[in-house]
Amino acid sequence: MARTLRFNIFRYNPRNPASVAHMREYSLGETESMTLFIALNRIREEQDPSLQFDFCCRAGICGACAMVVNGKPGLACHTKTKDMPGEISLMPLPFFKLVGDLSVDTGSWFRGMYQKVESWVHTSKTFDPAAEEERMDNELAEKIYELDRCIECGCCVAACGTALMREDFLGAVALNRVARFLIDPRDERTEKEYFDVVGSDDGVFGCMGLLACEDVCPKDIPLQDQLGMLRRKMALAAVRGMLPKFLRKD
Amino acid sequence: MQIIQTDLLCIGAGLAGERVAIEAAGNGFSVICLSLVPARRSHSSAAQGGMQAALGNCVMGEGDSPDVHFQDTVKGSDWGCDQEVARLFVDGGPIAMRQMAFWGVPWNRVVPGEHTYYKGGKPFTAIEKQEKEGLITARNFGGTAKWRTCYTSDGTGHAVLYTLDNKAAQMGVEVHDKTEAVALIHDGETCMGAIVRCLKTGELRAYLARATLVATGGFGRIYRESTNAVINDGGGLIVALDTGVAMLGNMEAVQFHPTGIVPTDILVTEGCRGDGGTLLDVNEYRFMPDYEPEKAELASRDVVSRRMTEHMRKGLGVKSAYGDHLWLDIRHLGEKHIRHNLREVDEICQSFLGRDPLYQLIPVRPTQHYSMGGLRTNKDGAAYGLKGLFSAGEAACWDMHGFNRLGGNSLAETIVAGMIVGGKVVEFLAGTDTVFKTKCVREAFDAQQGRIDRLLAGQNGAESAYAIRDAMFDSIMVGAGIFRNGRDLDECVKTLQVLHERAGRVGLRSDGLGANPEQALALKIQGMVKLALCVAYGALMRTESRGAHTREDFPERNDRDWLSRTLATWKDGADLPTLHYEPATQTFEIPPGDRGYGGGKIIPMQTEQGR
Repeated sequence: MARTLRFNIFRYNPRNPASVAHMREYSLGETESMTLFIALNRIREEQDPSLQFDFCCRAGICGACAMVVNGKPGLACHTKTKDMPGEISLMPLPFFKLVGDLSVDTGSWFRGMYQKVESWVHTSKTFDPAAEEERMDNELAEKIYELDRCIECGCCVAACGTALMREDFLGAVALNRVARFLIDPRDERTEKEYFDVVGSDDGVFGCMGLLACEDVCPKDIPLQDQLGMLRRKMALAAVRGMLPKFLRKD
Repeated sequence: MQIIQTDLLCIGAGLAGERVAIEAAGNGFSVICLSLVPARRSHSSAAQGGMQAALGNCVMGEGDSPDVHFQDTVKGSDWGCDQEVARLFVDGGPIAMRQMAFWGVPWNRVVPGEHTYYKGGKPFTAIEKQEKEGLITARNFGGTAKWRTCYTSDGTGHAVLYTLDNKAAQMGVEVHDKTEAVALIHDGETCMGAIVRCLKTGELRAYLARATLVATGGFGRIYRESTNAVINDGGGLIVALDTGVAMLGNMEAVQFHPTGIVPTDILVTEGCRGDGGTLLDVNEYRFMPDYEPEKAELASRDVVSRRMTEHMRKGLGVKSAYGDHLWLDIRHLGEKHIRHNLREVDEICQSFLGRDPLYQLIPVRPTQHYSMGGLRTNKDGAAYGLKGLFSAGEAACWDMHGFNRLGGNSLAETIVAGMIVGGKVVEFLAGTDTVFKTKCVREAFDAQQGRIDRLLAGQNGAESAYAIRDAMFDSIMVGAGIFRNGRDLDECVKTLQVLHERAGRVGLRSDGLGANPEQALALKIQGMVKLALCVAYGALMRTESRGAHTREDFPERNDRDWLSRTLATWKDGADLPTLHYEPATQTFEIPPGDRGYGGGKIIPMQTEQGR
């Protein structure tokens, strides 16, 4: 028997002075293979054309449609209604600036993050178009790609207790980004330079270890491992300067 | 009126837009990219397969060269491409890939020793050479003589886009995301930037730019079943067409991908078939070798899509609630290969279908996938008709794809064209000054503000933008789908003309305030219908079959009359595009011949002596 789903959706349009934040209920007949992508578009087209939400690839690749689904951040396009109870509540991601309803501005925050961690390969070399590419071990290439798989959906930051309390906290996504460049031999940054980026309470030492980031990551990136690795490296980098010379291991 | 000024305005921040942006920023020019979504969510990120470039590092790519790549590209295009552009592309490929490696892309690399590969579903072993260890490797893609598709696991587009956007951030390229260009600012001769709607607030702004680049990707979303992201609605082409002077090339050349999953139309990569995946029918019989004995599943996309449709028309498709489909079988590739090399495919099947491709077949059918046509440019990427307007990537008709592009060539095009066109944009910026005419800016702004005001006041009428869009979907799939004929196309054009008129009478059901999604569609729907008309009318007039354009009533490729490119402009107040034609290519490195797949007759080009 097809179910009738009840959706409770957060509504607020900051551009409309008359708008008040509230939850609104919609009913929708469930169809086969229904995802929240299909459901939300049907609600917008059939019931409420002002409803704001973000989808782009609708294939779990681009990260546009992160929202809080029944209390947990996740990708709406990934969420099959058959895995859900008959009542579904949808809220925008916290932490990011609200655009309206379920739509938030992740772009501004992420561009700020790129600048903070200098999310690019730092090299003193210049590209030589006539030269063969520098060789790289395939296993290492795959390791880098593993960490490059992040889709910047924002779920990890939205689920992060530290980020909610401390707005300058870099969050798991940024720490993972740093880890990605740390293992990439093309990036010439030293441990000290990385320390300057993440070796503070806004970085690795701010994390309270609740690890919701890893629980909600739709790409199953081992965020916990990256955090641990960075913490060890940064802690060592911090004490190294204090040790007598004969104890230092450079 | 808020005015923002920059040297280069890139409309679109996917691979092509950002690659051009980086070239300009690297040469000291200010650059702003507009994007409907944060740059990294651009549809480039969804391209899983890879980029073709004749590096020839892997054993199955030995003996490859730009010349071999050139032949594949021209054949693939069914001789519809501009051969000078195809040459620029193949020669630039290896440099562009190495540059991406230099900037940080984790390309998969050659691992020396014995490997088991698949071709046509059959395993074979090959030995990768020791001296090639660690160089960029490649995988097999359809329609190519050599293995030359560079890749990073199953996320090539994602990895390259992230690297490019990192580079863009480093170079100080500004990205204004959640913005949409709704009109170009021009005086009929020169483009001076764009009028832009902010999708966070709904406000209009004017961006003045000495050079403007359209890099908005494809327009697949004029079809209901499309692998394209929901943002690929042709916005950049609409604003270009609306100028009345810029030209859209070969809009009827629309590619369908053989393996969109049913029901969500998400693409599973051609890499599945490249690695040895096979297509099965309702009886789980592998039918492709019967149609294409030599290439089987690896014939070019238009051929595979057509053969699948042909086979389903014989009643051999699998029935489902969402219509007929066929099966893609990758079970024999084994757990390690599926879970690792084809991880995105595995994830798509599990997440969106609830099927495990290691044990179960994948439901697939041909789905709209790629727009070969687009904003016509010369080989420098400069648009016909408007000075200061450029285009690159899928949005452009540059035109290296002709009537069919090869898998892996389009993703490579984004960065190769981006590199080449970027260089030409830099030359333009260095050598040209643009006069910003305040009258043009004000008039363009007022025209758009007026449209929005009338819409919000309900002065145009009460047609639903969604209803018009749905009617457009129905019409274009019947008329200008995989198989086309004069009768259905004629009907389709007439229906779309009616929809074009109705689209002028759209009203809103909601308040339209702020970043209202109904308003966004309402402002765009008439433009989308115009693009659909360019496709359908161009397809009706082109009385031959070439590449992806298949006329049942004109099955021959007609080189005598149609070795040409369709150019469409839209006159103010018209309800059909005006079509012009130009020769497909000015120079021939390879004269028109047989592709070696796809069958079909050819009416030869008339030679000088023949005349």
